[in-house]
Amino acid sequence: MEFFRIRRNIPFMRYALVFNVISVVTFLLAVFFLATRGLNFGVDFRGGTVIEVAYNHPVDFGALRGGLDKLNLGEYSAQAFGSSDTALIRMPLREGVSSAQLSEQVMAQLRSNDASVTLKRVEFVGPQVGRELYESGALALLLVIAGIMSYLALRFEWRFAVAAIIANLHDVIIILGFFAFFQWEFGLPVLAATLAILGYSVNESVIIADRIRENFRKMRKASVTEVIDNAITSTISRTIITHGSTLMMVLSIFFFGGETLHYFSLALTIGILFGIYSSVLVMAPLVRWLGVSREDLVKPDSKAMTGEKILP
Amino acid sequence: MNRYPVWKYIVIAVAVAIGLLYTLPNFFPEVPAVQVSTSKATVKIDAATLTSVENALRTAGVPFTGALVDQTGVKVRLGDTDTQLKARDVLQKQFGEDYIVALNLISSSPSWLTALGALPMYLGLDLRGGVHFLLQIDMKGAIDKAADRYTTDIRSLMREKKVQYGGVGREGQNVVLRFREATERTKARVEIEKAFPDLVVREQDAAGGELRLVAALKPEAAKRIQDGAVQQNITILRNRVNELGVSEPIVQQQGADRIVVQLPGVQDTARAKDILGRTATLEIRMVNEDPGALEAAMAGQVPFGSDLFAERGGTPVLVRRQVVLTGDRINDAQPGFDQRTNEPAVHVNLDGTGGRIFKEVTRENVGKRMAIVLVEKGKAEVITAPVIREEIGGGRVQISGRMSTREANDVALLMRAGALAAPMEIVEERTVGPSLGKENIDRGFNSVLYGFVVLGLFMCGYYMLMGLVSTVALIVNVLLLVALLSMLQATLTLPGIAAIALTLGMAIDANVLINERIREELRWGATPHAALQAGYDRAWATIFDSNITTLIAGIALLIFGSGPVRGFAVVHCLGIMTSMFSAVFVSRGIVNLIYGGRKKLDKISIGQVWKPGPAAPGTPAKQP
Repeated sequence: MEFFRIRRNIPFMRYALVFNVISVVTFLLAVFFLATRGLNFGVDFRGGTVIEVAYNHPVDFGALRGGLDKLNLGEYSAQAFGSSDTALIRMPLREGVSSAQLSEQVMAQLRSNDASVTLKRVEFVGPQVGRELYESGALALLLVIAGIMSYLALRFEWRFAVAAIIANLHDVIIILGFFAFFQWEFGLPVLAATLAILGYSVNESVIIADRIRENFRKMRKASVTEVIDNAITSTISRTIITHGSTLMMVLSIFFFGGETLHYFSLALTIGILFGIYSSVLVMAPLVRWLGVSREDLVKPDSKAMTGEKILP
Repeated sequence: MNRYPVWKYIVIAVAVAIGLLYTLPNFFPEVPAVQVSTSKATVKIDAATLTSVENALRTAGVPFTGALVDQTGVKVRLGDTDTQLKARDVLQKQFGEDYIVALNLISSSPSWLTALGALPMYLGLDLRGGVHFLLQIDMKGAIDKAADRYTTDIRSLMREKKVQYGGVGREGQNVVLRFREATERTKARVEIEKAFPDLVVREQDAAGGELRLVAALKPEAAKRIQDGAVQQNITILRNRVNELGVSEPIVQQQGADRIVVQLPGVQDTARAKDILGRTATLEIRMVNEDPGALEAAMAGQVPFGSDLFAERGGTPVLVRRQVVLTGDRINDAQPGFDQRTNEPAVHVNLDGTGGRIFKEVTRENVGKRMAIVLVEKGKAEVITAPVIREEIGGGRVQISGRMSTREANDVALLMRAGALAAPMEIVEERTVGPSLGKENIDRGFNSVLYGFVVLGLFMCGYYMLMGLVSTVALIVNVLLLVALLSMLQATLTLPGIAAIALTLGMAIDANVLINERIREELRWGATPHAALQAGYDRAWATIFDSNITTLIAGIALLIFGSGPVRGFAVVHCLGIMTSMFSAVFVSRGIVNLIYGGRKKLDKISIGQVWKPGPAAPGTPAKQP
């Protein structure tokens, strides 16, 4: 079995402009939704209380809300979570009420309505902790970007570093754009997924960059465009197979991992799909436009140099 | 050409053997157990304790399947949860005060594995259920309390040294004294500086020409108080946690002013919160016994400088606002009996300053009542209000009379528990019920399993024998990862399990790279041996590069992440390292074992290698 039978180089670069326009449009859309709708930050970042309760029968939300309304909780929300037997209650932060009291009050109230209720999970994050998690998340993102850029710059060349980081930040922004558009909950696991994607997606760029460098050495007469086209063409089957493999695992998490990992795996799925696109079709054109040349990558062979010196 | 030297095979064999050994404990189910441990330094748990535990259970006729003693305490394995509860009751009765008897689950892995240090993975709270709290200490509160204490100390110092002062009080975090004469102020300043080296004293006149002396804490003293507050609160929390009988509690400082408390497996979360969240402080104040004052207060006219509180049981008590002593002057409080009357009593031990103040106050107030007030979240309750019978010196106080043994126990516990150095607040809470923990394990396991099966089938179908080799390498990867996690006892969380799945998905990248390279080499006409060689060698640099970038992301998460995200990052980072080993080193080893021996190798089982023939006209460039 062989999926990809590619006879000659696919002229990716000829369509570079088209791909870049697509990228810019998706990117701008993502930025637009981020700006207008904003992210729906979860309890981790915003602070507040989340209580998950389970019943031994489908949840009667009317009765549940009726009971909770008595507690004067402010703007809480209650909805089904995962199965119809489970309810998730979200409550905003309130001055002067500690989480311990709040969740006990809620449980006492629910128990008095229906004794079959069991507490599955409580998450409370205070306002200060939420802000700190937000800040350390942003710091982590910066650190990843700086780390990857300096590694690529060291290992390859600044043009690759810039192109790779733009291509992959474009993925990150698009993931965030999806979360903003659908108002999916953005919590700590999603942040972890986003950062993991950033690291993973750079893989792809590294592999193509590696090929470009190798091709510059081997294909002495080829033009820069041909070199890049060949690099992409010869790695495309690998790209699709490995991303497909990773996607299989991620989809397995999506389908079997339960509600807790739902958005985590969703972020990974979007990231992997856009990761393929961005590494292949965003990073390479960028490299070319930044003006990469054979001389930048193929350094004069040091052994040959010394050899010349010794031999007159 | 494709042969490994023997030592490389030995490395692989040893790695796999160690992997198997340390993964093994995870396959043994956990069985109910009871753990007997202690929080007291004076009590030792040793073989003798083990024997007495065994004897106690035998006498009571509770069957058990095994007992052992380790550094955490004596652990007894039991058949089921009913016997577990029975055993706990028996042991609690037998061992009582000095020991903590807790329900636990321990691995049923054989003792020779445990002796090798091979333990099952350490499951996080989201997998085993339990409570996680992050408590923030109110440092301003700690300094305020210190200032309060200094106010009282300075007042008694002024009296002792016969300094004429107009008044002393706390303003913000400073102690302010007012004087009528400048000479007295100078005298006071000298005395304060001599008695309290931690204070900076400066003269400051108020607008109206009033002579004032302002004493403030030195910054280093403030820092010492804050550090002390954290340590004292940790100690108190440990004691409170011990009351709960949790088998493996964690109480740890995090950052400058926070404490993490984790109670795995706690079922009664309400009680845990109740006991931990008890942000109580203890104060000893005098009862206002002016005639008519209590009646007036009950009628709504509380006299100035007094508070109306209720005693436990409901009797109203009018208490003066001035605090004689605060809870942090109390070193210890224990229930016991009065030596003369044999009545139940509480023995309280005060520190030096506390003892001195107490002596002074009791001398001046024999026959009057003193109230011990527990302030909990701004709500005050009088624990007890005994009459002072005589001057009490030496800091050893006995509270007795009108008390049952149980009450004495409660009062002692409350007095000890009330001695928090600074108020604390829960700033983060994550509670996971036991049923959700089990569900999470199943979900995590299933997502890894199903994903892996599909991936393995695909690899074998697409790359044939080479795919099988990749799959075997992937199994070795899981094995090593699980073994490493077990060895390091790193906390495994649900995102951690997701990271195992993700790592496997990413690890296959290396094998795909290698296999694609080999196919490519074959396509351009390389001999099978050369293709294998080139495939592995050329792919290595790429694999290394791409793993480094992933590792950078993992490390950033490890540094900045907390809780579940850190769990993800740990597994992710470890997984990248094991995958580099298994995908390249191990898979090459297997390949060499299969193909390396054959001198004449015509074909590698790597699926169909499509070779571009002479381009026939009309042939599409790409076929599915």
